[in-house]
Amino acid sequence: MTEPIIRIDNIVKRYGPLTVLDGLSMEVMPGEKLALIGPSGSGKTTILRILMTLETISDGFIQIDGEQLFHMKKAGNLVPADERHLHRMREKIGMVFQHFNLFPHKCVLDNITLAPMLTKDIDRATAEKRAMELLDMVGLADKARSMPAQLSGGQKQRVAIARALALSPKIMLFDEVTSALDPELVEEVLSVMRKLAAETDMTMLLVTHEMGFAHDFADRVLFFDRGKIVEEGKPADIFRHPKQERTQTFLRKIIAAGHRV
Amino acid sequence: MIDWSGYIGLILQGAWVTVELTLMGSALAVVVAFAAGLGRVGRFLAVRALATTYIEFFRGTSIFVQLFWAYFVLPFVGITLTPLQAGVLALGLNVGAYGAEVVRGAVKAIGREQREACVALNLTRYQAMRHIILPQALPLMLPTFGNNAIELLKGTAVVSLISLTDMTFQAQVVRAQTGSTLVPFATILVLYFIMAWLISLGMRWLERHVTRGLDGVRI
Repeated sequence: MTEPIIRIDNIVKRYGPLTVLDGLSMEVMPGEKLALIGPSGSGKTTILRILMTLETISDGFIQIDGEQLFHMKKAGNLVPADERHLHRMREKIGMVFQHFNLFPHKCVLDNITLAPMLTKDIDRATAEKRAMELLDMVGLADKARSMPAQLSGGQKQRVAIARALALSPKIMLFDEVTSALDPELVEEVLSVMRKLAAETDMTMLLVTHEMGFAHDFADRVLFFDRGKIVEEGKPADIFRHPKQERTQTFLRKIIAAGHRV
Repeated sequence: MIDWSGYIGLILQGAWVTVELTLMGSALAVVVAFAAGLGRVGRFLAVRALATTYIEFFRGTSIFVQLFWAYFVLPFVGITLTPLQAGVLALGLNVGAYGAEVVRGAVKAIGREQREACVALNLTRYQAMRHIILPQALPLMLPTFGNNAIELLKGTAVVSLISLTDMTFQAQVVRAQTGSTLVPFATILVLYFIMAWLISLGMRWLERHVTRGLDGVRI
């Protein structure tokens, strides 16, 4: 029996008086492709941000690959993790953002090679060779020396994906990666992700409003509302036969808004 | 008829002192601006408190008083400085306090998204600052740094009060000896203007240099 690679145990996330996640538990198996859907403000992006350690948790535990994320053992006790522990844990996780967050002062190649060279002591030649392979995979080998400002939104996002992959994380988080794109540029990013899902055994968590893509991409779909998992299951079940009324209402609204399921 | 050549030579000697003060004062100002500015956005409370105290103190008191402290009061605690050292110290620390706020503002202006990308790529705080935040913040600082440098240049005139023979001091000497106000003060007016103009040109060149490739576009 394989162990889950992510085990979220009863976590709570509060921003002041606002409780975003209220006792959430879930598990993700290695290699699983998970789609997190739900209305905005339901907490799905917060989960990704917590897993990337961009947010802390107010309560609960998270285990990544058998180790505590926000806690570490000290003299037999679990204490809050220090920067060094977080640094080590982050090696397992990569994230792609809605707004790409490329480094505007560095060319595409340097965007990709910077982190491997700094955090993994990989020499420039090796890092560049790997970066070119990744650029080739996302179809942008000819843009290696371009600056981010010279790229379209879809191209920027493909570079951002390559940049995250360059660190070879076990888990990849995709946070609404097509939401900031013009409609005609969405497909080029989605096709890269499809290829990625087919060719690697990375664990992937995807927050998206692209229901059609979630359907094709995911092994399992989780529907979130108000910080809780309302319903989960295989894409075909969730999208064709949602059991919960809130899921039905949400999907109806999405379809009415013109998204394909 | 007055023979001006000797007097103009005197003023030019003073001009050199002004240039020296401006260059050394600016160098000190840049160093303390980065130290205090980065200290103020850092993660250590003690460092933040120290930086904030320095900034508020030196912005909140006059350069004139600071200069007198550096030159006349520090000897009482065993630190005796030459007039030039005292001038550079007072000017550098005074303008550095303004510069620190420029550094802080520019670093803050590089948004959350860039910082989060650094976390996601597992860079340390130092690596993020060195490779991502500062290279983008620097172009934002330069225009205001140019302003500060010109302010510092003009501030050098107060050092004549601690017997440094800067340009303004020499103009006063010439005025006393010749009885003419127009010639010495017209001369230093032009000289100050030229120096300020050279600073502007230099800063504009630097701006072009550090923003190359950025195209002024933020992602």
